Amino acid sequence: MTTDNGGKRPAAFEYAPAPESRAIVDIAPSYGLFIDGEFTEGAQGRVFKTVSPSTEEVLSEVTQADETDVDRAVAAARRAFGTWSALPGSERAKYLFRIARIIQERSRELAVLETLDNGKPIRETRDVDLPLVAAHFFYYAGWADKLSYAGFGPDPRPLGVAGQVIPWNFPLLMLAWKIAPALATGNTVVLKPAETTPLSALFFADVCRQAGLPKGVVNIVTGDGRTGAALVAHPDVDKVAFTGSTAVGKEIARTVAGTRKKLTLELGGKGANIVFDDAPIDQAVEGIVNGIFFNQGQVCCAGSRLLVQESIHDELLDALKRRLSTLRLGDPLDKNTDIGAINSAEQLARITDLADRGEAEGAERWTVPCELPSSGYWFAPTLFTNVTQAHTIARDEIFGPVLSVLTFRTPEEAVAKANNTPYGLSAGVWTEKGSRILAVANKLRAGVVWSNTFNKFDPTSPFGGYKESGFGREGGRHGLEAYLDV
Amino acid sequence: MPSGAGQYRTVPVGAREDGRPTLYSRYARRYARLVTMSTTAPAHPLQDVTASDGTLRRFLHGLPGVDAVGLEARAASLGTRSIKTTAKAYALDLAISMVDLTTLEGADTPGKVRALGAKAVRPDPTDRTTPSTAAVCVYPDLVAVAKEAVAGSGVKVASVATAFPAGRAALSVKLADVREAVAAGADEVDMVIDRGAFLAGRYLKVYDEIVAVKEACGPHARLKVIFETGELSTYDNIRRASWLAMLAGADFIKTSTGKVAVNATPANTLLMLEAVRDFRAATGVQVGVKPAGGIRTAKDAIKFLVLVNETAGADWLDPHWFRFGASSLLNDLLMQRQKLATGRYSGPDYVTVD
Repeated sequence: MTTDNGGKRPAAFEYAPAPESRAIVDIAPSYGLFIDGEFTEGAQGRVFKTVSPSTEEVLSEVTQADETDVDRAVAAARRAFGTWSALPGSERAKYLFRIARIIQERSRELAVLETLDNGKPIRETRDVDLPLVAAHFFYYAGWADKLSYAGFGPDPRPLGVAGQVIPWNFPLLMLAWKIAPALATGNTVVLKPAETTPLSALFFADVCRQAGLPKGVVNIVTGDGRTGAALVAHPDVDKVAFTGSTAVGKEIARTVAGTRKKLTLELGGKGANIVFDDAPIDQAVEGIVNGIFFNQGQVCCAGSRLLVQESIHDELLDALKRRLSTLRLGDPLDKNTDIGAINSAEQLARITDLADRGEAEGAERWTVPCELPSSGYWFAPTLFTNVTQAHTIARDEIFGPVLSVLTFRTPEEAVAKANNTPYGLSAGVWTEKGSRILAVANKLRAGVVWSNTFNKFDPTSPFGGYKESGFGREGGRHGLEAYLDV
Repeated sequence: MPSGAGQYRTVPVGAREDGRPTLYSRYARRYARLVTMSTTAPAHPLQDVTASDGTLRRFLHGLPGVDAVGLEARAASLGTRSIKTTAKAYALDLAISMVDLTTLEGADTPGKVRALGAKAVRPDPTDRTTPSTAAVCVYPDLVAVAKEAVAGSGVKVASVATAFPAGRAALSVKLADVREAVAAGADEVDMVIDRGAFLAGRYLKVYDEIVAVKEACGPHARLKVIFETGELSTYDNIRRASWLAMLAGADFIKTSTGKVAVNATPANTLLMLEAVRDFRAATGVQVGVKPAGGIRTAKDAIKFLVLVNETAGADWLDPHWFRFGASSLLNDLLMQRQKLATGRYSGPDYVTVD
């Protein structure tokens, strides 16, 4: 190499593979159900396989819990509830702090596991999921002995047994959002992880054992939708918490209607990311990318609708396409991977179908030129321009790496279009003008409004939806309410 | 072959394939209207924005703002790239070839500068495959010594000038400083901008001074313009200074002198890389970037190369377009290079102390 070759282009800077070692994770060939502090076999002995979405490799066999198993788990939680809820808050806090610390200590192992089972890049599980999981347990551990000061009366009481059903997009993080506040307030839980991503919840069961958590306080039952339905319908469950699709959420609401069960739902979304012409362009581009391509867009609060002021549409799209071309898609365990695999064949089919409909309805499709791996479930980052409110891809939640770009002319129009959706989970506002941020954010009907950023999470901040995005809040002081008899 | 100042890469100017305007040509159009009379033919579509203090201010303040949190988050996220094996070998050699090996002390002597020159030409005497550094960087009075020390090699001699590092002197003194350095054989001149004038909002004064220095550099010496980003303080200011210097004809924009508390950071370098990328898209003119001060380890240097690769792109991954202003960095790069070659860490006694 010469010191100065007069501007001649050198060989490209190709990043060599930098895979995180999977040797740190020891996945058993099969798992039972974690009930009453023990792994036990299912009543019918039926199992299903969980695969790695990036390779379709079978990772393990997991038990399909039936109604008998769910009943056993709920009974164990009921037995544990008396002693657990009678413990002083400071004692419950000790267990939660211990769980948080064990998660931190085992974070690399859990990050690799999550990446294997879910397909998301190790960069995300390592830098986002796991730190947030530990932070949630730390945060709610802090509340356990301060419930009298939370604003829910002098001595707020727990509800009893919580039945919790969580999705596959952030398996361990959604578990933390559900379990941490439930335990801090004195409830016991039966949790059902998603069918395609059960492993991190089963590893969490081991964390509970390691922390010496009393038997029956946390029970994990695996299975498909039938297991979830059995749990939600179980007569001895006092509280149902669900994160997932709006369709299933509606079914659950019908099931628990007329019972004493308290319900919180965190459902779908079609978040609007609004970019005004005075936005910090380079950072807005990052925010758009983070908003829709974080976790392959499989995020309920994704900024899946980009509302861009018409006067900067072309410039912003040029900058966005240039940036998308630098995204690195591939092996999720590689530390330099930005875009991992889609979680399941079923989800990939749904994304593919909706994207095809976008094209059929006349929107203009642009896909990052990149090679997709030959095995596993993959979808290249895609954006649609010339999208209108009437297009399916502007209305239905795609839950994948697909961005619909719409334009607006005035702040009023931006707000009207942003709110014109049955959902109301998240929104983003990009402008250098502080007063506009406040004015627009006040008018947006969304549970979370990010300004000059997107997809930022913190345990102290309540999260939840308007309209068909659900009800109830998770996180922060507000998150306690869902698990207290108030 | 080295290329002289003014040799530019050609890219389509201010237009996209579909004929619609690019980001910055919008500004060019907007400000062109404000210009009442143009004295010389514009060399590129943005030339008119410097017609008066008013047009220049409106242009610079019309550039998109910078969100500090977002910028720093992006720089930090690129900092997590894992550069291993073949990529690391490539990056280490590239980084060595981009070093402006610097000594800027009151105590500099001809002996010290000769040692530096020898090291720049042959950084690792135990391994002849080690590339030379890009340049040595010295004060103007030592340019002749440095020139002699690197004679016959491809290593350039860069000289700081314009009353470095404060820049607080009359323009005539600054220009004399530059002319002396160039006359002594400097291939590159590292000037400082008048931060006082910039912070007082007198952008045209800063601009005129850069234009005058560029002229004093003559047709061959390349001009690096130092902002002293630590003194400009805000990212908005750094973006404005970048465009100001590029409009005035800078061949390189450079973060800092190394003489203040805050020097090159991943975030301010990322911002300047965005500026050169956008400037080329608007004008067709490619400008180099030089972070200086505070980059001491190979690991840090590689992070900067990742910033270059994923922001400005591969066209800038070349010593002609990207430099590190550093002194102690080189030895760490050499130690890491030896480690990669032999599998063992040596130690500070296995690289030369100069």
